[in-house]
Amino acid sequence: MTIVQVLIVAAAALFLGLFMRERGRLYFLLITSIIVIFWLQPALPLRGFDFWLPTATLVIIVFNWYITAPEELHHEKKNWVTLSILIGAVLLLNLSRFLPFDSILTPSRPPQTETLLIALACLGLLFFFITRLNRFNAALLSISIIGLIAFFLVLKVPALAYWVSYGIRSLTHQSLAEVKGTDLRWLGFSYIAFRIIHTLRDRQMGRLPAVNLAEYVTYIIFFPAFVAGPIDRIEHFIKDLRQPAAALGNDELLVAGQRLMVGLFKKFVVADALALIALNDTNALQVRTTGWMWILLYAYAFQIYFDFSGYTDIAIGTSRLLGIRLPENFSAPYQKPNLTQFWNNWHMTLTQWFRAYFFNPVTRWLRSWEKPLPATVMIALTQIATMLLIGFWHGVTWNFALWGLWHGVGLFIHNRWSDMTRVRAAEWATTPFRKTALNVSGVFLTFNFVALGWIFFALSATSVSWQVFLKLFGLH
Amino acid sequence: MKTLNIILKGLSLFIILNILFVILQPGIGQVSAYNYILPGRERLPFGENSAKAYNLSLFDLDAMFASHEINGAQKSADEFRVILIGDSSVWGTLLKPEETLAGQLNSSNITACGKNVRVYNLGYPTISLTKDVLLLSRGMKYQPDLVLWLTTLEAFPLEKQVASPLVANNKDSLLRLAGSFGLRVDPNDPAFATQNIWDRTLIGRQRALADVFRLQLYGVMWAATGIDQVYPSDYSKAQIDLDADQKFHSFEPPVLDESSLAMNALETGIKVAGSTPIVIVNEPMLISNGKNSDIRYNFFYPRWAYDQYRALMTEQSLNHHWTYVDLWDAVSANEFTNSAIHLTPLGETQLAEKITPIVTAACK
Repeated sequence: MTIVQVLIVAAAALFLGLFMRERGRLYFLLITSIIVIFWLQPALPLRGFDFWLPTATLVIIVFNWYITAPEELHHEKKNWVTLSILIGAVLLLNLSRFLPFDSILTPSRPPQTETLLIALACLGLLFFFITRLNRFNAALLSISIIGLIAFFLVLKVPALAYWVSYGIRSLTHQSLAEVKGTDLRWLGFSYIAFRIIHTLRDRQMGRLPAVNLAEYVTYIIFFPAFVAGPIDRIEHFIKDLRQPAAALGNDELLVAGQRLMVGLFKKFVVADALALIALNDTNALQVRTTGWMWILLYAYAFQIYFDFSGYTDIAIGTSRLLGIRLPENFSAPYQKPNLTQFWNNWHMTLTQWFRAYFFNPVTRWLRSWEKPLPATVMIALTQIATMLLIGFWHGVTWNFALWGLWHGVGLFIHNRWSDMTRVRAAEWATTPFRKTALNVSGVFLTFNFVALGWIFFALSATSVSWQVFLKLFGLH
Repeated sequence: MKTLNIILKGLSLFIILNILFVILQPGIGQVSAYNYILPGRERLPFGENSAKAYNLSLFDLDAMFASHEINGAQKSADEFRVILIGDSSVWGTLLKPEETLAGQLNSSNITACGKNVRVYNLGYPTISLTKDVLLLSRGMKYQPDLVLWLTTLEAFPLEKQVASPLVANNKDSLLRLAGSFGLRVDPNDPAFATQNIWDRTLIGRQRALADVFRLQLYGVMWAATGIDQVYPSDYSKAQIDLDADQKFHSFEPPVLDESSLAMNALETGIKVAGSTPIVIVNEPMLISNGKNSDIRYNFFYPRWAYDQYRALMTEQSLNHHWTYVDLWDAVSANEFTNSAIHLTPLGETQLAEKITPIVTAACK
């Protein structure tokens, strides 16, 4: 997002926060969120796809609401109203193709209206048949999870993305000479998938609160958090959404504004400045000395932190203007004395998601074996697998796998080390000085371990990452 | 009320800060990390692709010179300080710092007047004598013992003088030069960037301030990599086959009209140098042997114009007692890169061999 886009989003939130806090609040949030997902979607070289992908986002959400919502909600009038709003919004955005000037709400000229109408009619038919399949709802939940993961793989595996783009270009008679894996940039899909999977799993476990379609869509594409999170839990989000929002008072406005300004400063001043000197694929092979390589690596470590936590601050500040409190995502992670604490304070909502929907179920499953694995093996397996998955979430490449492995192994080693030394450390650290020394050395080691892990994250080639490692330790 | 108070206080502070900025016009460019925590650059900042070149073009002369190594170099008693001024061929387009004329002269460890010669590259990639004078006037602060001014006919047409963005954005400095040394400048030349009071505020200067800040950050990358321009693996070679065109800018054959050439800028430069010896060098250029090479020497020059220019320079230097060296054909045709004046490293070596005796012979 550019600073102008952020400011427009914040201005929209301020307007809604000041004037739309009571009547129609939900629907204004819904409509604004729909517009924002079309508006922020980057232009794509695949003809019409920058319109079709946000449309697909809405279709996927409606489908998942249908299979997760209790049956009695399906035919409530307000859900039909919401569906009409969704279709109407998409149609209106599509009709902007007839404007005499370029639409500012879509990245390029929307596809032909006839095509959209046919697509909507086909989807309507499909939904009609799905409604006949109510008795297969349980299976649909699992199928939907698998489908989302499949979409995710297509977007994140470079080779798959390339071939899908190749196929689409072939079908639509577009140039095959310019096929790229990045042709399918589906803005916000990762976060949408996380939120939907959360609702699907909670539905499977009978924990999902009953929400209407407008609430569900707003939760999934809530515009302040659409691009970069945080990943709120639906029950928490809905609670804030349903509460009659108090008038936007001075204190709330100040807190929200302060958070927004801090976020803007972090992202557009600090992170963007650090980006000029942060480690990347180009400069990794140009740096001449070990000392400068460390500086570039540290610059990257701080850049990624300020960038991401800046966006989080912007999202939290913006949503507070709307009377919704999003969860925190970062809590001074680089000041934590060990890797476990680092991960409890870095991208917290993501790690909580993986803990809830992967780590804990897998651990329970492993424990349920007749002959359970030794605890050490179980810890190693679950921690490494979880971190590998988090790595793959960023992209299915060798370097993200290595990044995940680096942290998985690191967490396991810390777990074992901590078990072995906890008592001795407590006996030794009896004075404030010793406690501080222990804490400082822990912070130093943890930060540097994390920073070294960023090498895999920042670079795309394993061979270059290895050369950077060697250079950092004066071996190249 | 609390919110309104904060907004009003913030707004007032912001307005006060802007007014102070207009009144004081602080020389932000003088504050630099170069030569303190970062090594100085070996040539003036210039770059069209900042992210890859780790360099950028800006017009703040204070910031430009503050980032140059000459600003951090204390002149010792045994240093014979030489500054080079000129266009992109002196700056060193497509050349690493050590491959430029300055780099090659420095690596040859020559002496002059019993002192070690240290050469500083103050070339800058736009072709204009006025731009050279502007940079020379700044460079004189660093007490050179010799100035080498490499130039070519392309720098002379009056219409080119203010076309350099560096000149267009430094009107005040030029007007000072006009006042002190008689540089002919038209203050109403539309090429000058206009500045109103708004442009002098913090907001109005945000771009210039951001450039100064980015220059410091790219200094980190310059220090880390030694890279200060993009070195493409492939580029279009200088044109050999030429159009059958006799024109040179607005000049038509048969006479090169002296009154349309910026001879005054050359004279001003010599005045600016004062008692410091200055050697004017007609820089080497590509002499094409391709199509229509009987009409033109290269992309820049028809033969008639360039021949008259050389004769004019010889005549003027004799009349004014300038030290003038004509090295127009000192470099073989295959040692030019993407332009008729840009040299390969070997071309620079050939040029350095011709320049070295001039430097060693130069004593105040």
